[in-house]
Amino acid sequence: MFYREAGDFKTSYVADNQTFPIKFDRYRYYAVLAVAFGIIPFIINDYWANALLLPFLIYAIAAIGLNILVGYCGQVSLGTGGFMAVGAYACYKLMTAFPDVSMFIHVLIAGAITAVVGVLFGLPSLRIKGFYLAVATLAAQFFLVWLFNRVPWFYNYSASGQINSPERDVFGIIITGPNAPAWATYLFCLIFLTFSAVVARNLTRGVTGRSWMAIRDMDIAAEIIGVNPLKAKMTAFAVSSFFIGISGALFFALYLGAVEVGEVFGIQKSFTVLFMVIIGGLGSIFGSFAGAAFLVLLPVVLKVVGADMLGWPTDIVAHLQLVIVGALIIIFLIMEPHGLAQLWRVAKEKLRLWPFPH
Amino acid sequence: MLDQTEDGYITVDGRKIGGVVMEMKNITLRFGGVVAIKDISFDIREGEIRAIIGPNGAGKSSMLNVISGFYNPQEGEVWYHGKPRPRMKPFQVAQQGIARTFQNIALFEGMSVLDNVMTGRLNKMDGSLWKQAIWKGAAEREEVENREKAEQIIDFLEIQAIRKTPVSRLPYGLKKRVELARALVAEPKLLLLDEPMAGMNVEEKEDMSRFILDVNDEFGTTIALIEHDMGVVMDLSDRVVVMDYGKKIGDGTPDEVRNNQEVIDAYLGVAHD
Repeated sequence: MFYREAGDFKTSYVADNQTFPIKFDRYRYYAVLAVAFGIIPFIINDYWANALLLPFLIYAIAAIGLNILVGYCGQVSLGTGGFMAVGAYACYKLMTAFPDVSMFIHVLIAGAITAVVGVLFGLPSLRIKGFYLAVATLAAQFFLVWLFNRVPWFYNYSASGQINSPERDVFGIIITGPNAPAWATYLFCLIFLTFSAVVARNLTRGVTGRSWMAIRDMDIAAEIIGVNPLKAKMTAFAVSSFFIGISGALFFALYLGAVEVGEVFGIQKSFTVLFMVIIGGLGSIFGSFAGAAFLVLLPVVLKVVGADMLGWPTDIVAHLQLVIVGALIIIFLIMEPHGLAQLWRVAKEKLRLWPFPH
Repeated sequence: MLDQTEDGYITVDGRKIGGVVMEMKNITLRFGGVVAIKDISFDIREGEIRAIIGPNGAGKSSMLNVISGFYNPQEGEVWYHGKPRPRMKPFQVAQQGIARTFQNIALFEGMSVLDNVMTGRLNKMDGSLWKQAIWKGAAEREEVENREKAEQIIDFLEIQAIRKTPVSRLPYGLKKRVELARALVAEPKLLLLDEPMAGMNVEEKEDMSRFILDVNDEFGTTIALIEHDMGVVMDLSDRVVVMDYGKKIGDGTPDEVRNNQEVIDAYLGVAHD
């Protein structure tokens, strides 16, 4: 086998701290990057981009963001949809107000604005935790959607109440609107996903991440050994909302193009992203990818297998998807609260000793 | 009898103890109508091992919680390095160089041993969000520097073999040791140990006692500890405070305390005739 864990000795702490300490994992990571950046853009078409790749990339950013808050810092949030809406509307206002500024900057500023809003709605976490905090963030969800529905300034007084993504380009290449080529929107999202994943990994591997996890595992002990709970929780809310805001901006501007806030960024969206994090694995960056991939792929696979191959009625297939996701959530919560990421780790551990049980 | 002077004394085994690090002045702590600590004063001197003993419910843990800033006493003052300490949050107390372990282990179960120990370095690290996000450069350098310190403590406490193990998989005795490592790695000026040997067998107790003596000897750390095992307390500590029902009933060297009639009464009970 090519996959060897033995014989990979580390002689420095830098080498020991690598994201992929095993050589094979490292090469596989480079290979994935090479395929994602170097090959897929050339073979991509509109169907693949819209049905699979764009939603996967964008949801993965949202899942990374939520995972930082829920999985690393232990603060339950049901406000993801609302925060994505903040990113989307911030991006829309910026795009229409400053048409000449690069989309990169718009998306980043939209993320920053969402971070500020996230911190604001994260303040209750200093006093309350668990279910009660979940309810407080639920209030954020409903308030934000209501706000974007009711205040016409946010949708530039358009008659429909919708926001529509105007055509914008980056370095002369159109990336928003109906004329944007699939490869350009794909690459744009991919760049943001890579950026988010690297930043999230860097933050969670060091002192910031350890103070988040300390708060998650035992907040009183964390405070007594010197973690400032205010700082830890507020940075978690800020970083998490930053990523969620970016994903909201991309979801609106590049993926959908037109958004009606209650429909797109409702409570349903909050649950979808939370399910991704739970199924993928709490407290794992890889888990965010796995969960996003799983929930994006599932409907497509069901449609191909159920409706196209077996000829089932489409409404049954659609309902079947709900049943399967629901069952999986229950199964994961009971059997493996750390999700697909943990299953992957356990499988590797078992394979290491296979065929011996111990 | 100790040769006790203004700025220190010489212990029985010949160690030189310095001036007062922390002084509790007339501390009273109430929970509603319950008086947990009643008008207690004592001091902790630099480099000594100071034990707080007493029967169950005597208020020992409450005393430790007052020192570590978890409880604020209603009356009295905590003097630290010659100055009265203002009311502060526990994490601010930690930043002043006071580290502690807990009676019921309070490790971060979701993290590895190494991460737990590294969390103890928190106050020595800058932790700026921007530097952390970029990682390469300042954050990575800082991480490596602190990792070296953490590895020294890991070596010192002989837990090298388990550094990558998740804490939740460790047996009780090792968890206690990891918790000690997490406190030690902060290079505390004052180390508080809340029943470091509770629930251990003789062998583990001997190991732990050796580590506590080594810590005091090698790093010169001032240690205040609560312990129930009298043999251990009498062997380890330089001076002992005895508490009963929230009051101080004895204070002095182990020998003085052992012969104190009030202490004997508290532990053995008084015959009523």
